[in-house]
Amino acid sequence: MKELVIVGGGPAGMSAAIKAYEEGIRDILILERDSSLGGILQQCIHNGFGLHRFGEELTGPEYAWRYEKQVRDLGIAYKLNTMVLDITEDKVITATNIEDGIFQIEAKAIILAMGCRERAKGALNIAGTRPAGIYSAGTAQKLVNLEGYMPGKKVVILGSGDIGLIMARRMTLEGAKVECVCELMPFSGGLARNIEQCLNDFNIPLKLSHTVVEIHGKERLSGVTIAKVDENRKPILGTEEFIECDTLLLSVGLIPENELSKKASVCIDRFTNGAVVDQNRHTSCDGIFACGNVLHVHDLVDFVSEEAEIAAMGAVNYINNTDKERVSIDIKTDGKIRYTVPQRITEKKDVTVYFRVSNVFNNVKICVSDGENIVFSKKKTKVTPGEMEKITLKGNSFEKCTELKFYLEEA
Amino acid sequence: MHGIEVLSGGGLIMKRELTCIVCPVGCSLAAEIKDNGEVLVTGNTCPRGKVYAENECTAPMRTITTTVRCKNGEILPVKTDSPIPKEKIFEAMQIINKACPVLPITIEDVIIKDVFGSNVVAVRNMP
Repeated sequence: MKELVIVGGGPAGMSAAIKAYEEGIRDILILERDSSLGGILQQCIHNGFGLHRFGEELTGPEYAWRYEKQVRDLGIAYKLNTMVLDITEDKVITATNIEDGIFQIEAKAIILAMGCRERAKGALNIAGTRPAGIYSAGTAQKLVNLEGYMPGKKVVILGSGDIGLIMARRMTLEGAKVECVCELMPFSGGLARNIEQCLNDFNIPLKLSHTVVEIHGKERLSGVTIAKVDENRKPILGTEEFIECDTLLLSVGLIPENELSKKASVCIDRFTNGAVVDQNRHTSCDGIFACGNVLHVHDLVDFVSEEAEIAAMGAVNYINNTDKERVSIDIKTDGKIRYTVPQRITEKKDVTVYFRVSNVFNNVKICVSDGENIVFSKKKTKVTPGEMEKITLKGNSFEKCTELKFYLEEA
Repeated sequence: MHGIEVLSGGGLIMKRELTCIVCPVGCSLAAEIKDNGEVLVTGNTCPRGKVYAENECTAPMRTITTTVRCKNGEILPVKTDSPIPKEKIFEAMQIINKACPVLPITIEDVIIKDVFGSNVVAVRNMP
């Protein structure tokens, strides 16, 4: 029996472990699939991490090291090269590695911190052949930054998520020619700074409202046909353009990695693709918590670390029997606000609610209603799906209700 | 160079629209460059944005993050420990790509000294 088992040794898992240790829990074990701690940060060699938490700009490996060093210094136990195979509702974890074989651990509390995966090509349904040379942006990032292989020389990138933008620069620096980045939406899903320093710095065109409609090539990719799309995201006939390339990178979104959560019968939110949680990041399963990109995809690792500390506090209070459920309030959204985290509130105290909108909206009022009265409102000049928003609700503002509705009012 | 507008008279010679790259907020900045070299910055929400816009209009700088192949074949991530002139990025890459360090390497170890005024340092431990 372990007091706390954390599944995943990336930024969320390490931050949760450190916080739980600081709050007095000693019997902690981190299970990590990879051969080192740090998760995806190890291949994110670009800088821009840690401005919120450390006030300086770090690369991914440096950010990871800040946490790994603490994990080591505190003597928190972790097992590397260890794959968790199953988690049950009553918190029995089955895992495997080369030294221990297949083994089981029972835990008082579990924190899920498995991160996310990239949406794959199969989910896109692009017409044409299936040659070599098509990679997800993250796979290309791993090949270039960890293995030292260049996936190709002439590149088209589909999707303007941050990983795609970062890889446009990375491939250019290593001598490839990036022909263009195509984005289906009329706006980029990536950060403005990445469009500036990864595309504009190298004169790489960003083609908004464009998509890849056909893949060409027999053995190896020989080119793609791109086309402009209309407001319903359907390709416009006659706008097709052939671009010769040997590599197509897909940066078309991330999906929380919840196969294990589902095995434990954790209730999943169909908008976040992560667990439904309360303000302590407690899932629908008693004693199972979730944080980081397994819960919902974050913009910045700094926010992942922050959320992991919330989950760790939740787990610590659960282990010490100090968490008490006092209220049961569901948070509903109007569609313009696509989702919130948490999705429910169980304690009458101040709570910060994170949310994402479904489209770009200008001059809006973010409103929260308890069914009768508006308990919170805040004006924003611009909200976009690419940037997570947050508001803090006062504990006394939702005393009597059973439901809070989050909605956007357009001016 | 985009968003350039050349105006005449009043001592104002150029106006540029910039996106700040100092942090993930990515503020939209406007910089007015006077003929005496002075740069007026608006749109920044922190002091670093002002410095960025001033530099961007006079001498743009970038930090390089890349990798080098170590003698045993392992790939080590590195960065320039301060920004270098933007126009030197590809020359700097050629210099960095020639490095072939020997393990073990500790984070912050200098791999190459003085690449356009900046040291290239390791960003990961490699035993």
